[in-house]
Amino acid sequence: MTARVHDDHRFLARLVLPALTLGVLTCGASPAWADGTLNVLTWCDHEDPTLLKPFEAANGVKVNFKDIDSTAAALAVLKQSKPGDWDVLVIDETDTGRLSKMGILAPLSAEDYPFSTIPATIADPKLTSVDGTLYTVPEKFGYNTVAYNKGNVDPAAMTEINAPWDSKYKGRVAVYDYYVPEIEYAALALGKDPATLGDADLEAIKDKLVALKQNAAMVGDVTTVQQALATGAVDMLVGGGEWVTAGLAKDQPNLDYTIPKEGGVRWQQGLGVFASSNEKPLAVKFIQYILSPEGQGKLATSSCYWGMPANSAALLTPAQKTILRWNDQAAFVKSSHPYLQMTPEFDKKLQALWASVLQSK
Amino acid sequence: MTVYATVAGVSAAHAVSRVRLAGLAYVAPAVLWILLFFFAPVLIMVGYSLLPLDANGALGAPSLADYRTFFAESAYLGALSNSVVTTAIVVVFSSLLAYPFAYCIACVIAPRFQRIALAAAILPFWTSYVVRSYAWLLALSPTGVINYSLRALHLINHPLILAYNPHATELGFIHFFIMLNTLTIYANLVQINPRYALAAEDLGASKFWGFLTVTLPLSLPGVAVGAFLTIVLCIGDYVTPQILGGFRELLLPQLIMMQIQRQLDLPMASAMSLILTVVVAMAYMAMQRWLKMARL
Repeated sequence: MTARVHDDHRFLARLVLPALTLGVLTCGASPAWADGTLNVLTWCDHEDPTLLKPFEAANGVKVNFKDIDSTAAALAVLKQSKPGDWDVLVIDETDTGRLSKMGILAPLSAEDYPFSTIPATIADPKLTSVDGTLYTVPEKFGYNTVAYNKGNVDPAAMTEINAPWDSKYKGRVAVYDYYVPEIEYAALALGKDPATLGDADLEAIKDKLVALKQNAAMVGDVTTVQQALATGAVDMLVGGGEWVTAGLAKDQPNLDYTIPKEGGVRWQQGLGVFASSNEKPLAVKFIQYILSPEGQGKLATSSCYWGMPANSAALLTPAQKTILRWNDQAAFVKSSHPYLQMTPEFDKKLQALWASVLQSK
Repeated sequence: MTVYATVAGVSAAHAVSRVRLAGLAYVAPAVLWILLFFFAPVLIMVGYSLLPLDANGALGAPSLADYRTFFAESAYLGALSNSVVTTAIVVVFSSLLAYPFAYCIACVIAPRFQRIALAAAILPFWTSYVVRSYAWLLALSPTGVINYSLRALHLINHPLILAYNPHATELGFIHFFIMLNTLTIYANLVQINPRYALAAEDLGASKFWGFLTVTLPLSLPGVAVGAFLTIVLCIGDYVTPQILGGFRELLLPQLIMMQIQRQLDLPMASAMSLILTVVVAMAYMAMQRWLKMARL
């Protein structure tokens, strides 16, 4: 009888222990909720200890971050979390409207942030606000235009937007696999204004992109195209910009980027506070720190990728400013178009278009 | 007598029911595991796939719209077709290349060296799958080992485009699946009684004819198991085409990732995943029918 009881216990243990282990592991998947912790959903450029440590030391808190690479990834994390789990979000500012309408973002006060030193085009309310209410603060921007190896191609030729389609560069071009800037770039090459794109424009854009793909050696993700340009596998990257070349400037001084005369595409990221955050004052302090000259300098030159700081008072050395083409920024910002703000329906059409381009022979 | 028989019958029935209960208890964790981690996720995916996103990006009313979109969009069908063709090429080549390798280990190499040969065969398994794909990229890229060597030998002036195309993806897959197929075929070959081949020779068959008519048919289950594992792992793989393929042709797993990474369109991603699951199930049924695996 005793043996049977032991057997039953062993049997139960075999069933219950794995279940308990699973429970413990599941609980462990949530962010740390300890007091004095700020939970941030962030892109890789905010994860440098040199960026985070001064804020942590000054406020006696720990920044607990989770890496995301898109708004969709952030939404996926939120679906698995409880309200209040996350405090701050790094966001592609074209999604500010979408997320604020979903009730995810908390309203912010403009006077808390250094808008006086952020260029007006970057602080454009179309990207940061909805119905006059501020939801995100711009922190960093850059371009998806043409990055190239100036040792192998003529920099002057790169100011012509149709250069990547030129047959003399066949097999020497890489295309960054993100459909939004590539479609906008093709639209610009066709003489269209990206802001007014509609269904009627899609066929011509598709043909233009198919022609680009036929001239290209490859279409690839961030790592692949950056590696291809850095190793000399290709000489030109359509969709590239300072985010590809600036971080490699020390070892690869020949890598550069420009915005063609016809224009380019501008990416812009911002910071928002979750409406459900329990640490809103600390979240605001975090954004203020990132927007401070010190925070901006470190963010702009992050080891993950470089980019232009939104705050023109950023602490950068003259050499860093040269790499970022600081003096060209006024002209670059003027001639570049932000990412499209579109309905999910139109977004789906663009994605199907991009899939057709990738499938083309 | 009747009383004894009744008592014995009742005891036997109790014993049988105890055995059944014990059997059920032992099977229950496995059944529960499959219900929780296979059937439940599949059911959730079926549910999601029937709730396509509305114009605002929220889950909409139940419909088959995402399936209709998939079968109406030539690029999506093309991705499915590319996945099937790539998998078929990988299955054929990895089986053809793995067989002689496995045969050598099982039937040619002296038994004392078999373990060493087998360890050598599976050695590449010790490195990460991602690292292996990048290693191939380093070999195949325009500045990689192959192009560098060909240029150094003055055999080419311009680098050959060996990477970032479907053939590079196939090569990466074949390299990986040769190892897997070698193991499954080897496991089957060592179970075949060598006397069968000797008997065939005694009856006048040449060594080659004996292999063709005796050893090869008996080893086909090992080939089939390897082929099926290759289909399952290859058709759903995202990493190798992403690293080596360079988006020259889109495979279905890449398309599924696009739905999630860009838009968090879980309904469309679920619909595509279920279509992929159906293809794998069809492959399994076809293979089972062909080899009558149920009897083996």
